[in-house]
Amino acid sequence: MNENSKTTRPPGASALSLRVSRAAYYQLGALLISLLFMALIVIFSGESPLRVVSSLWDGAFGTADQFARVLATLTPLLLCASGLIYTFTAGLYNLGVEGQIVVGAVATTWVLRALQNQVPAPLVIALGIIAGMAGGMLWGLLAGALNVYGKISEIFAGLGLNFVAQGLAIYLIFGPWKRPGVASMSGTEPFDESLWLGRIGQTEASPVALVIALVVLIITIVVMRNTYYGLRLKAVGQNPRAAFILGIPSTRLLLSSFAICGAFAGIAGALQVVALFHRLIPSISSSLGFLALLVVMLISFNALWILPMAFFFSGLNVGSLQLPMALRLESSLAGVIQGTLVLFALLARGLSERAGKIKRSQ
Amino acid sequence: MKSNLIKSMTAFAALGLIISACAGAATPTTAPEPTAAPEATATTAPEATAAEATATTAAEPTAAEPTAATATTAPATGGELKVGLIMVGPYNDKGWSQAHYEAMEYVTQKQPGVTFDYVDKVNAGDRPNVKGSQVADDLIAKGAQVIIFNSDDFKDDALETAKKHPDIPVIHASGDYSWKEGNNFRDQPNLINIMGQMEYGKMIGGCAAAMATETGKIGYLGPLINEETRRLAASVYLGARYCWENYAGKDPKDLQFKVTWIGFWFNIPGVTLDPTKVADDFYNGGYDVVLSGIDTPEAAVQAKKAAEAGKTVKFVHYDYAGGCEVAPDVCLGVPYFNWGSAYLDAMQKAMNGQLTQSFSWNAPDWKNINDPDTSAVGFVQGKALGDNAAKLDEFIKGLGDNTIQLYKGPLNYQDGSVFLKDGEVATPQQIWYLQQLLEGMEGSSSAQ
Repeated sequence: MNENSKTTRPPGASALSLRVSRAAYYQLGALLISLLFMALIVIFSGESPLRVVSSLWDGAFGTADQFARVLATLTPLLLCASGLIYTFTAGLYNLGVEGQIVVGAVATTWVLRALQNQVPAPLVIALGIIAGMAGGMLWGLLAGALNVYGKISEIFAGLGLNFVAQGLAIYLIFGPWKRPGVASMSGTEPFDESLWLGRIGQTEASPVALVIALVVLIITIVVMRNTYYGLRLKAVGQNPRAAFILGIPSTRLLLSSFAICGAFAGIAGALQVVALFHRLIPSISSSLGFLALLVVMLISFNALWILPMAFFFSGLNVGSLQLPMALRLESSLAGVIQGTLVLFALLARGLSERAGKIKRSQ
Repeated sequence: MKSNLIKSMTAFAALGLIISACAGAATPTTAPEPTAAPEATATTAPEATAAEATATTAAEPTAAEPTAATATTAPATGGELKVGLIMVGPYNDKGWSQAHYEAMEYVTQKQPGVTFDYVDKVNAGDRPNVKGSQVADDLIAKGAQVIIFNSDDFKDDALETAKKHPDIPVIHASGDYSWKEGNNFRDQPNLINIMGQMEYGKMIGGCAAAMATETGKIGYLGPLINEETRRLAASVYLGARYCWENYAGKDPKDLQFKVTWIGFWFNIPGVTLDPTKVADDFYNGGYDVVLSGIDTPEAAVQAKKAAEAGKTVKFVHYDYAGGCEVAPDVCLGVPYFNWGSAYLDAMQKAMNGQLTQSFSWNAPDWKNINDPDTSAVGFVQGKALGDNAAKLDEFIKGLGDNTIQLYKGPLNYQDGSVFLKDGEVATPQQIWYLQQLLEGMEGSSSAQ
């Protein structure tokens, strides 16, 4: 397989490696500019950037509870980012990842509700996670079918399906799955503790969930680097028409990338239910699917960088709670930081590509 | 490549739109059940008896193990107490959350040694990846000795926090987990529930509406359907029916009372009914008085527009004492919560190590329902009340001295089955867990 991928490497490979180094300079520049930009924002909001950084650090790593929260946030981020690698590689912007998390969580909740007290708890949890995976996969395939057969941009198909998934969750929480006598935004009745995935002490970190996410990440790295499937997916991503003419079944590959991404996001949704919230809540995805999109855009779709970047974003996300607590700053400042990073990274990539083109044309 | 870049920019822009849309939608979330904070400028020192006098259905805290709370809170006067306040909406939402925030400011003025940290906007829209229990963990790590959760939606977080930190008293405003005689009792020694008897505020609002309506058609703009919202809507109806019959001198059969539930505490486009449209439908359909049961001011805004268009309409706001400001000329009044006296009592107990499992459902202080030191529920009268103000005062007096008892039989449920037999007075449980709307009310009794 490895041999194969070497021999069929596209002719542009050497140019690619050249561009990577130029891109690296641009990325570095982008990072510096965005840091400067963020420091200015912080100064304008009347705080010292150093105090903001130290609060964020404290908020993420100050106590065992907080560090556990970083790990709990890392789990769905790793899963979704891994899934998004497949769709991005195939040239697709799967914004439907949020909905895929939600449907996964709904499917898991459904299985847990149906089987609790009927089969042993560990089996219920396992079946619940499998159901979540299946639910997410189904939702991903639906976006894929709309894209491939319905010729609808996957961006808008995904967004539309996100609304449907969210509506479904809210309908279930306020309708058929409401708590006895009361329907509320706090979600369905919490599951019995026997159906909770084990955690470290009383913190929110679940080692099993994290291991599942890491396994998925490793599989993704291997598939992307060392398999024929990964290579063909790249070919489709570069130019679906050319790939098709060269005999690669583009349609099937595109659909498979949606299915895989949906399945991983579905597992993330399942784990949000069994490992974190222990019930279905309206905001079960915690917007981590969107955050995973930012992670993957920032690392230029390179799976090797998922872990450090997702860890950084988890820390930022969890630590941001300290901003209002310690400094009376809006915690959405962390969102500004995330957005700024990604925006500048995308700009840098665009500029670097443009510079490359100008150079080539000369 | 270029098209790829354009695509990625499109995606990013779309993402930005979504995120900002989410944030926008979240802003109103902010206040599930806004309330009015009465001015925390009380001049008289609160009487020690204030909160006791108002706590009519407080469960005896005998089951509680006093040791639970004593362990951490400073047991002597002159001690210091740090409180962590977790709010679902912005601390300055002019509503539900602001009332809690100002109540704690009131406590710090009245009780030296008490300080508080707060985190507001703890809801899925504003802080997507944050749970109430996590905020509590962090506040406790920063030294908080008492935790307050201010929304019904925090019931699981409150219980989780209480279990995880057995030495910290956890107050959940609204909720019934510590009500021994309630349906959802959880035996958690350091969990405390506090709620105001808004039923009375709603009855007063209903009375004002019945005296004002010319068409005999009253609309109630309801949030989602649960026990709390059912009992509040029913209280409005009971107040309206009483005053329609006794002050307006009309036949109860001629009173039309319609509840339309929008599906949540505020408008979520595509998910709930649009409260603006619901309010308009009321005003255009001959319902000349609309009472709000939701967080946002659509009933007031649309009343103002209808009045400007020449219609004779009026409204009753909810939760926020300044609610009449939107359209003072057509405002009949606004019932609101006042948490100050209950929180002061709780913090004084905490300082003595005596704040343990209890359920307080606090009544208005009938001597003066707008007394910031003593009354858990108040009612600000609006300009549009006009000459009926005196009758409304008479009604309030009657509620206070028990000569007017509205949850008294014969009363039937909406489906015609008996709720209270002739002469039977409802128990607190029958009111809190009201199963259906009442006979004579139009609208759904349960979510479909």
